[in-house]
Amino acid sequence: MNLDSKIPEGPLAEKWTSHKFNMKLVNPANRRKYNVIVVGSGLAGGAAAASLAEQGYNVACFCYQDSPRRAHSIAAQGGINAAKNYQNDGDSVRRLFYDTVKGGDYRAREANVYRLAEVSADIIDQCVANGVPFAREYGGLLANRSFGGAQVSRTFYARGQTGQQLLLGAYSALSKQIGLGKVKMYNRHEMLDLVKVDGHAKGIIVRNMVTGEISRHAGDCVVLATGGYGNVFFLSTNAQGCNVTAAYRAYKRGAGFANPCYTQIHPTCIPVHGDQQSKLTLMSESLRNDGRVWAPKDKETAKKIREGKLKPGDVAEDERDYYLERKYPSFGNLAPRDISSRAAKEACDEGRGVATTGLGVFLDFRDAIQRDGQKAIEERYGNLFEMYQCITGDNPYETPMMIFPAVHYTMGGLWVDYNLQSTIPGMFVGGEANFSDHGANRLGASALMQGLADGYFVLPYTVGNYLGEQGVAAAGKVTTDDPAFAEAEAAVKERIDTFMSIGGNESPRSFHKRLGQIVWEKCGMARSEQGLKEAIREIRELRKEFWSNLKLVGDADGLNPELERAGRVADFIEFGELMCRDALMREESCGGHFRVEHQTEDGEALRDDENFTFAGVWAYKGDDADPELHKEALVYENVKLATRSYK
Amino acid sequence: MNLTLRVWRQKNRLSVGQFETYPLSDISEDSSFLEMLDILSEQLVADGHEPVAFDHDCREGICGMCSMTINGIPHGPERGTTACQLHMRHFHDGQTITIEPWRAKPFPVVKDLVVDRTPFDKIVQSGGFISARAGSAVDANTMPIDKQTADYAMDAAACIGCGACVAACPNASAMLFTAAKVAHMNSLPQGKPEKHRRALAMVGTMDGEGFGGCTNIGECEAACPKSIPLDMIAHLNRDYAVAQVKNFFDPVV
Repeated sequence: MNLDSKIPEGPLAEKWTSHKFNMKLVNPANRRKYNVIVVGSGLAGGAAAASLAEQGYNVACFCYQDSPRRAHSIAAQGGINAAKNYQNDGDSVRRLFYDTVKGGDYRAREANVYRLAEVSADIIDQCVANGVPFAREYGGLLANRSFGGAQVSRTFYARGQTGQQLLLGAYSALSKQIGLGKVKMYNRHEMLDLVKVDGHAKGIIVRNMVTGEISRHAGDCVVLATGGYGNVFFLSTNAQGCNVTAAYRAYKRGAGFANPCYTQIHPTCIPVHGDQQSKLTLMSESLRNDGRVWAPKDKETAKKIREGKLKPGDVAEDERDYYLERKYPSFGNLAPRDISSRAAKEACDEGRGVATTGLGVFLDFRDAIQRDGQKAIEERYGNLFEMYQCITGDNPYETPMMIFPAVHYTMGGLWVDYNLQSTIPGMFVGGEANFSDHGANRLGASALMQGLADGYFVLPYTVGNYLGEQGVAAAGKVTTDDPAFAEAEAAVKERIDTFMSIGGNESPRSFHKRLGQIVWEKCGMARSEQGLKEAIREIRELRKEFWSNLKLVGDADGLNPELERAGRVADFIEFGELMCRDALMREESCGGHFRVEHQTEDGEALRDDENFTFAGVWAYKGDDADPELHKEALVYENVKLATRSYK
Repeated sequence: MNLTLRVWRQKNRLSVGQFETYPLSDISEDSSFLEMLDILSEQLVADGHEPVAFDHDCREGICGMCSMTINGIPHGPERGTTACQLHMRHFHDGQTITIEPWRAKPFPVVKDLVVDRTPFDKIVQSGGFISARAGSAVDANTMPIDKQTADYAMDAAACIGCGACVAACPNASAMLFTAAKVAHMNSLPQGKPEKHRRALAMVGTMDGEGFGGCTNIGECEAACPKSIPLDMIAHLNRDYAVAQVKNFFDPVV
């Protein structure tokens, strides 16, 4: 597997500029001869499809929802980072770069992160131009808030609906291109395989989820922007439909999968209520700007609260442990996500957890309301408070919120080089689906930044460069008549037939739940060698059971949510094993990956820079063969590796 | 809690649908409405029947995918709430709940509770955008926008495009949806250059897609899970009237 990262030569700050200059260009009149396939219509996919169409390429865009406006980017609440330094508080491209590399626990690629920070300011400009109604000050200028892992105020926001507004911005640009006929949009279509011709990605096989029709689509290149794999845990903050299938199918066709064990557990989610639960709901990290996180100091107090004998508001000040402020005085409640999550788990492990399950801590706005007034808090977080009350029935203006960590984001993903091209030439990967920018932990408000950076400002250049290199004579030459399409289509159909014919007794949802329990227990917030080995064994057994005892009702030739889930769960099961393998291989703790064998005396993550400063990239070797590990060494020329400290 | 569900079942667009009745027991009050439907689905699958097809995705009230009429009200009895954010504590033990798809001619039933809402996308495609190519923008603070205007635009932009307004309207009008998009973009300075074109094009497409006219009934506002106010329709009417006059003397489209 060739892991040439293709990082341009030259000083860090000039790499992107000089790379853009050295790229091959495609003459505007020739662009209409090329067809580009974009899978996914979220921030990365939607923005890329719109931008490539604006440049003149013909784009076919696919999404599994009934409209591109529904991609899960829409659910991001808190904000988007950008190095604008509008607050005059010391921000800069370099500082955003540094914070992101440090926040990622020194496991991201320097050059990619720098480019991300560099284009961040352009994103805000672009979004405002497209009509995104960011929050503003009375003077009419853009407002900012601060977010975890940063000591400057660089986060732009649109109430608690930033992701929605940014996505609607990209969606409106995409809609314009659909209206102009430059983008052909395929709603309710799911990608089930990647097609390679002469080693290059040249198409996809999709299923029309309404009619069940399997169809072939050819293009000059393929862009995957299919999001993360958090739903491998069954319960996560992801939308119900989020899945790993497109990425996993590409992996099976030869794309390297990097760092699958890097998953982010978000500290501020609403605690689990019971076993009928289908998803977890995130409360934006921005709440930690004003909310104070605490757990009772004493186990007995916690017990009384759990049993409803004591109201949280009646707990005396000296009975409360504001543990983030105590342990990390300089960052306090704004400590990064991985650290905050582990601290909450620790408090609950000590028996100091609240909520009926004992798996919860408080996020308290009492002091903020006293200081700024209820109106100011309402202005900042009104919709989040409403959402909390709607779900739990508690009023957070009166009683503290209860929160617990939940799976939220996946930093791992398909390996890409500096051009966001995977190990398969002609297949590009953007947004959460790739691995490149967040290392082992993502900072808050950086996912939106990365999705739009890839979609608006990176892919439109690097895809053009690839197409330019292929030459205009090759444009549009591959058609769906190529035997590779027939082979892939037959494989997809055979797989669906197999699902339909197993005739067992257990539903896809039940398998999914069981898989989720295994990975959450053993590859969640804390991981051990023994647990991971057990998990791998259990997942293999689950896989056997799945293929022999799956129960599938309905038909393949129409809308069938059970069939959709079966296909996704089948891939999640195999992927879950890969994730555990990666976690087992990485004998260190870094960011969201915490190996209990590797921690300091006071329970902080202990990295092993000497042996693990690399991206672990897995190559598929067959259904029953072990995948092969390849390594991309991470070279730090501009940042000195240090122990992350937020104290 | 134990419930009786009356659910609309329809195989596909062309077939005739009917209500089926299903008993359901041991539902937690903390479950969401869709979690309750998940349990029904598992029960149906266990008995070898097809589960109820319904649209859903984010389950946190923002994607706009979920779309069902519960006891005659789009998204159910709680105001300002999507079906996915509706919790079972708002129902009582022994209750019969009727669940059906959006009923509107422009939204044909795909299967069971799933409808086709692509006409909404078409309305946006015809003018629901501010044309600014990627890379063409000036610095974001070049053009200050007073907070009142920005807040108003945000109020309008909160629309999640679920279609409850259409389902609630006796005329199946899409005015609230179209108005929210027009008000959002037309109120912002960067949206002004295309203001007239936008209003004319979007209303034209809306009519062309078969949505009914607005007769100021206000059911849409009451059903809207994001509480988009009826004032938005007044905004659209004003912009549309001005655009028509303007177009008469000096064609913009």
